[in-house]
Amino acid sequence: MSVTYIDAIREAQETLLREDPRVFLYGQDIANFGGAFKATKGLSDAFPGRVIDSPISEDAMIGLAVGAAIEGMRPIVEMQFADFSSIAFNQIVNQAATHYYRTGMPIPITVRLPSGGTPGSGPFHSQSMEGIYAQYPGLVVVTPATVSDAYHMLIDSVKLDDPVLYCEHKFLYRWLKSKAINGDHLPIGQARIARPGKHATVVTYSAMVHEAVRAADRLQADGWEIEVVDLRSVKPLDLDTVLASVARTGRLLALGEAFPWGGVTAEVVAKVTEEGFHLLDAPPQRLNARDTPVPYHPKLWAAHRPTPESICDALRKLLSF
Amino acid sequence: MSSQREFLRCSFRAMLRSRTLENKLSSLYKAGKIVGGVYLGRGQEAVSATLGTSLIQGKDCFAPLIRDQAGRTAFGESMLDCTRTYLGSVEGPMKGRDGNIHRGRPEKGMPAMISHLGAQVPLIAGMLFAKRMKGVLDGCVGATTVGDGATSTGAFHEGMNLAAVENLPMVVVVANNQFAYSTPNHRQFACTDLVERAKGYGFSGHSVDGTDMLACAKVIGGAVRTARDGGGPQMIVAHLLRLSGHGEHDDGSYVPDSAKGGHYGRDCIEVAMRQLAEGGYAAVNEILSWQEEAAEEVQRAVAQAQQEPVPDPYREDWTALSTKFPLTST
Repeated sequence: MSVTYIDAIREAQETLLREDPRVFLYGQDIANFGGAFKATKGLSDAFPGRVIDSPISEDAMIGLAVGAAIEGMRPIVEMQFADFSSIAFNQIVNQAATHYYRTGMPIPITVRLPSGGTPGSGPFHSQSMEGIYAQYPGLVVVTPATVSDAYHMLIDSVKLDDPVLYCEHKFLYRWLKSKAINGDHLPIGQARIARPGKHATVVTYSAMVHEAVRAADRLQADGWEIEVVDLRSVKPLDLDTVLASVARTGRLLALGEAFPWGGVTAEVVAKVTEEGFHLLDAPPQRLNARDTPVPYHPKLWAAHRPTPESICDALRKLLSF
Repeated sequence: MSSQREFLRCSFRAMLRSRTLENKLSSLYKAGKIVGGVYLGRGQEAVSATLGTSLIQGKDCFAPLIRDQAGRTAFGESMLDCTRTYLGSVEGPMKGRDGNIHRGRPEKGMPAMISHLGAQVPLIAGMLFAKRMKGVLDGCVGATTVGDGATSTGAFHEGMNLAAVENLPMVVVVANNQFAYSTPNHRQFACTDLVERAKGYGFSGHSVDGTDMLACAKVIGGAVRTARDGGGPQMIVAHLLRLSGHGEHDDGSYVPDSAKGGHYGRDCIEVAMRQLAEGGYAAVNEILSWQEEAAEEVQRAVAQAQQEPVPDPYREDWTALSTKFPLTST
């Protein structure tokens, strides 16, 4: 018996609905249909009136969630795809994110963003939006990479009093399996050493954690021991764990699946350079997706995002200094 | 509200207090005492006040917009909340972190508006939606106001549609003051009358002369009652003219004389005074004493806010999250 990443997301929502009467789920096709990815399968029957289909109105969906949060509820909004949250951008960054600072009343909403690319998904069903949201004050942005984190971080997100963008990676939905949901259950805001090493540090998150570990395994054959840091949440960003790793290795590669201009990897490099310049034995490197829309064809897609091969190349360059 | 007489008197006093306060705000702005902007509801008081008077603070929710000083006052917002926010007092609800009309008391059912138009429509729907989940929706109403310009936004459309799909007891008042900043109606929408949209959304639609307090009391008050009694979502289009610029920085010179001299160019407060006196709802002496009371109240609220501290950037809590990170292990 094994648990997939999407199972964990469904389980977490079931736990939350069972344990907290303030929780409800709101999104497109999530009630009887169970959601485009079946993350809410069976939940509307188990919790009548608390798993509710919305119209195709992403702006109004978040507006409704903020209003419900003001009234003391803890809504979880499912965006069908992270890409569509661009329609809700205003409500997320201007209504939800500013609310606590402006009024003193926090807005405990959790927005689930099915993120990242899968073969054939194309430009509008593949985006990684975490960097955009992390740029705005007043938001927490989490990016679970493991089955256990998918479960615990969703539960923890709903328990936080602030708005959380929960970026779940679609590629991991059914591909990533675990024997059980258990895990170390680190708090949001704390990174994890996903793979220990001593020659270079890869700081990454979400699905790229697994690609980094693959690349690290390959370089092992050449005698390189690569440390992989899974950020888990990109905001807040656990700079302590990152700096501690860079202190051990002296070399940094910041890796992400999002577009290359700015974003999480740029922030990691900037912060490490600012705070840990003396720890670096080589110029810090970044590896991201290419600077084009995410292409449809699987061959193009596979070369658009970082791969174990391109990560190995980047690491070899980093190790050559 | 116990009777029509009481309703009209309350509405009118809110109109008067609002106008008196806004006149003072305008002076303070022109004297350089208020930074940012000042946005007045001049000409829209009858619409706003009758809506606010129809609502019950502590039970209903109300998302006022830029020109709703009268509605805020009628709903129960203190004048100090207004002066403190405009003058940046740390004692105000926004503590100098936001200003002017971007204020509210969400815990009292009055969320603080953001500048993006139409955004409060789904927000109010969400408050009602939550009340229904909590089992306390019975007899409640949620209301918000927008201008003619906001009806062109996607947020307005999405929110209206959602509220109707959920059949919420929601009242949306469209104050069509003929200009969105400087843009006239004919560059804003192509339907003959915005009230036509109500049917398309699944709202009951109503029109009213927004300069006529008695008509507003009847139509807006009636729509709120209908929503409260389970009659579903209500949309009212109030026809009027903005009797100021978009803000006090704007002289509104683009408003043609024909509009100013036309029917909707009349001042709703003058109309209401006549209506109160002629209908026997209030004596002229009473109205005069209300004016004096309003002037004194404004004086006190401004003086109080002016002597209070403004925010100190060195003591400001520069955090946008209520959660204090790092969290300890769980």
